[in-house]
Amino acid sequence: MPDLLAARSQMAMSLGFHILFAMVGVAMPVLMVVAERRWQRTGDHIYLDLAHRWAKGTAILFAVGAVSGTVLSFELGLLWPAFMEQAGAIIGMPFSLEGFAFFTEAVFLGVYLYGWDRISPRAHLAAGCAVAVSGMLSAVFVVIANAWMNAPTGFRWVDGRPVDIDPIAAMMNPAAFPQVLHMTLAAYAATGLVVAGIHALPLLRQPRNAFHRRALSVALLIGAPAALLQPVSGDLSARFVAHWQPVKLAAMEGHFKTERGAPLRIGGWPDEAAGETRYAIEIPYGLSLLAFKDPTAEVKGLLDFPRQDWPPVAIVHVAFQVMVGLGSYMALVSAAALWLMWRRRELTRHRWLLRALVLAAPMGFICAEAGWIVTEVGRQPWIIHGIMRTAEAVTPMPGLVVPFLVFTGLYAGLGVVVAWLLHQQVLRSPEATEEDAA
Amino acid sequence: MTADLGPAELVAGCALLALTAYVLLGGADFGGGIWDLLAAGPRKKQQRALIAEAIGPIWEANHVWLILVVVLLFTGFPAAFARLGITLHIPLSLMLIGIVLRGSAFTFRSHYGPGHGQEGGEGGRTSQHWGRIFAIASAGTPLLLGLCVGALASGALTAPGHAGFTATFVAPWLTPFGVGVGVLTLALFAFLAAVYLTVEAPEPALREDFRRRALGAAVAVFVAAFGTLGLAHLGAPLMGRALTTAPWAPALHAATAVAAVTAIWALWRRRYRLARVAAAGQVALILWGWALAQYPYLIPPDLTIRAAAAPRITLVLVLWALVAGGLVLFPSLIYLLRVFKREPTRS
Ligand code: HDD
Ligand code: HEM
Ligand code: HEM
Repeated sequence: MPDLLAARSQMAMSLGFHILFAMVGVAMPVLMVVAERRWQRTGDHIYLDLAHRWAKGTAILFAVGAVSGTVLSFELGLLWPAFMEQAGAIIGMPFSLEGFAFFTEAVFLGVYLYGWDRISPRAHLAAGCAVAVSGMLSAVFVVIANAWMNAPTGFRWVDGRPVDIDPIAAMMNPAAFPQVLHMTLAAYAATGLVVAGIHALPLLRQPRNAFHRRALSVALLIGAPAALLQPVSGDLSARFVAHWQPVKLAAMEGHFKTERGAPLRIGGWPDEAAGETRYAIEIPYGLSLLAFKDPTAEVKGLLDFPRQDWPPVAIVHVAFQVMVGLGSYMALVSAAALWLMWRRRELTRHRWLLRALVLAAPMGFICAEAGWIVTEVGRQPWIIHGIMRTAEAVTPMPGLVVPFLVFTGLYAGLGVVVAWLLHQQVLRSPEATEEDAA
Repeated sequence: MTADLGPAELVAGCALLALTAYVLLGGADFGGGIWDLLAAGPRKKQQRALIAEAIGPIWEANHVWLILVVVLLFTGFPAAFARLGITLHIPLSLMLIGIVLRGSAFTFRSHYGPGHGQEGGEGGRTSQHWGRIFAIASAGTPLLLGLCVGALASGALTAPGHAGFTATFVAPWLTPFGVGVGVLTLALFAFLAAVYLTVEAPEPALREDFRRRALGAAVAVFVAAFGTLGLAHLGAPLMGRALTTAPWAPALHAATAVAAVTAIWALWRRRYRLARVAAAGQVALILWGWALAQYPYLIPPDLTIRAAAAPRITLVLVLWALVAGGLVLFPSLIYLLRVFKREPTRS
């Protein structure tokens, strides 16, 4: 395995692993706080039990998120020293702010998890809110740093180094808003729907189980609105890409030839050598309309860009199809669930909905992985879009396949253990019915 | 030494303070793991339980000090971060494995161990395995951290040239001096942990256990410190020279000695709170001694703080971020400690 490929694989693997835990770390505190608040308001002890159990699972996931995040912050230097040498002074700022957000999050998570009997209920709830807010802020800051790699602003590039650095302008880069919005919603949508799906499964067998019913309602309250908004925010992201990274857009869509009134291609397989995308369903004018709000707008195709500036087209296209496809399904199911909840219907009577929710459970996380592949692989061959190539950034250290394999093995082991521990936790589901609760 | 302090020196100073906090707080959590590994005697189980209880709520917060050091380094001194990432690739990667295993094994154990929560079902076996991994990783990680610091202090981390693999990526850190600093770090962390645990132990017998361990660790620190100082003359000449001939050297050694003697005396007389302050002071002084000895270099022998520094605007913004962050952070941390490190009252 060539060193550059090994380094890219290690980075992608570490991020792909971290993001799963980070998303849970952002959204789970909100679910816990809602459950705890409902307990305090209604005195219904099942909500307290719920908050306790969720907190236990979150503690494990948070710890794995924290250690894998530590690995990432070192890996930026271990794998991409030349990138950090130039970019550190520009995007260090959001990372520093992120550091403080993490800090606050870790402090109050400690208070929340271990402080049930040590502080007043109000202080405990407030600690939970502090975790939720700082968790969201840490995601906001770190995504701002990533957005800068897509839309580098706040400096001038002269003779291979940045001058006239303005870290604030770098933070206000045009990719920041769409990406932050989309990522934050993703965390709530993915986590909310995975929790909903996990509790919908036992409800298929015991629809009167009060514990799972309450869990489902809290999870949907957070997850469903976010999943419903996600296509809207994704559209905003796509329009950013269309404007700032036309090559990435062309790769996402498998769009080779520049044309006016470009069609939207659904599915299909882009053939880079032949310069066309086969087997796709084409919706006339769709791409021009979506990307530029004008059915006749011209969309540049890959063939109009130098070959050495293309990202790997097939990966980006397929990943994008996966995200949009699964994301649309999540939005539909969420719309149905919200409609029923709004009409005050009993969700557990609608077995089709429970089944649809079980099916949707893993989708948010798959979408997030796919979305990041679109963003990161679609940015190739650049590490800083239009400024520095990934190949220029990699460390001179040889034999990078070794750390790649070691960390992959380590994370695979951790993943198995975490899955097993959570499985143990979910299996022991409490057996309270509505009648017991009342 | 000229007293010419600009934003670069201030950011470097903040990074040093963050590192000090990491060593005093996070280091003690690693030390706890070392004593978990070495738990022995009739109160073996209680020792382990006390360690777990002391670390549980705070290790993640303590751990973030390390993140802060890394972030300050790559924001304020990107050139230094890049060079460390290249030359210390191997020991840093190994250290990361230790960090990952320590943190996750501790969490797995404490959340699924016997007697935890209503449902400690899995039985003690799995939890013992996690305990083992936690303890071994806790001992290995400080060794590697020390090795990296030793390599930095030795002045061997020059800009990577075209020498061979071993010369560039192994030889600079795998030295007797580096190993000495690694052992010293291990001893210091174990010492801190034992001293802190004397204060936190709920009953006298357990307190005595950790008092004896603290005294033993103090001897280990003493031996390791002098051994390392001896090795420094060969392995880190710049550092060794500064520590013996600089005008501030006698004062520093005197202060460190006073702190060390006070710590041991206080342990002897069972004045545990005093011992805690003195031990922390001693460790901080050792750290600052190292920093002073290599000032103005961030990476001796050639990369100074000034040369590695980011542009002024970045440094100034980082300082503001530190102030703002500190305003949120310190009250939060004090609150955390007030909630969990009160007098051991059992309800
Ligand atoms: C729950 C997860 C999830 C769901 C349901 C969706 N996405 Fe997404 N998407 C992500 C999670 C995600 C992400 C968190 O993985 C990314 C990667 C970078 C980012 O900011 O968000 C992303 C990136 C991303 C990008 C690339 C942005 C860039 O490169 O800068 C586009 C164009 C879209 N998305 C579009 C969509 C559309 C049209 C969706 C319609 C259903 C959609 N996403 C659903
Ligand atoms: C703030 C967040 C992120 C930052 C700063 C970041 C940074 C980087 C860097 C420095 C690289 C290596 C250079 C390169 O290949 O261009 C990279 C590659 C990559 N990252 Fe990200 N990343 C972030 C988020 C993510 C997430 C959450 C994922 C989840 C899957 C991800 C997926 C990838 C992939 C797949 C690559 C490899 C691309 C390739 O080499 O083809 N990234 N990222
Ligand atoms: C290059 C990219 C990234 C780096 C260097 C990074 C770094 C870190 C670090 C150092 C931690 C541990 C902090 C602690 O010890 O408490 C952490 C945790 C966290 N990260 Fe990342 N991270 C990256 C990508 C992301 C992304 C894309 C998200 C978006 C959701 C994210 C969200 C979080 C959150 C919320 C936490 C807190 C722990 C948790 O809730 O699980 N990170 N990250």
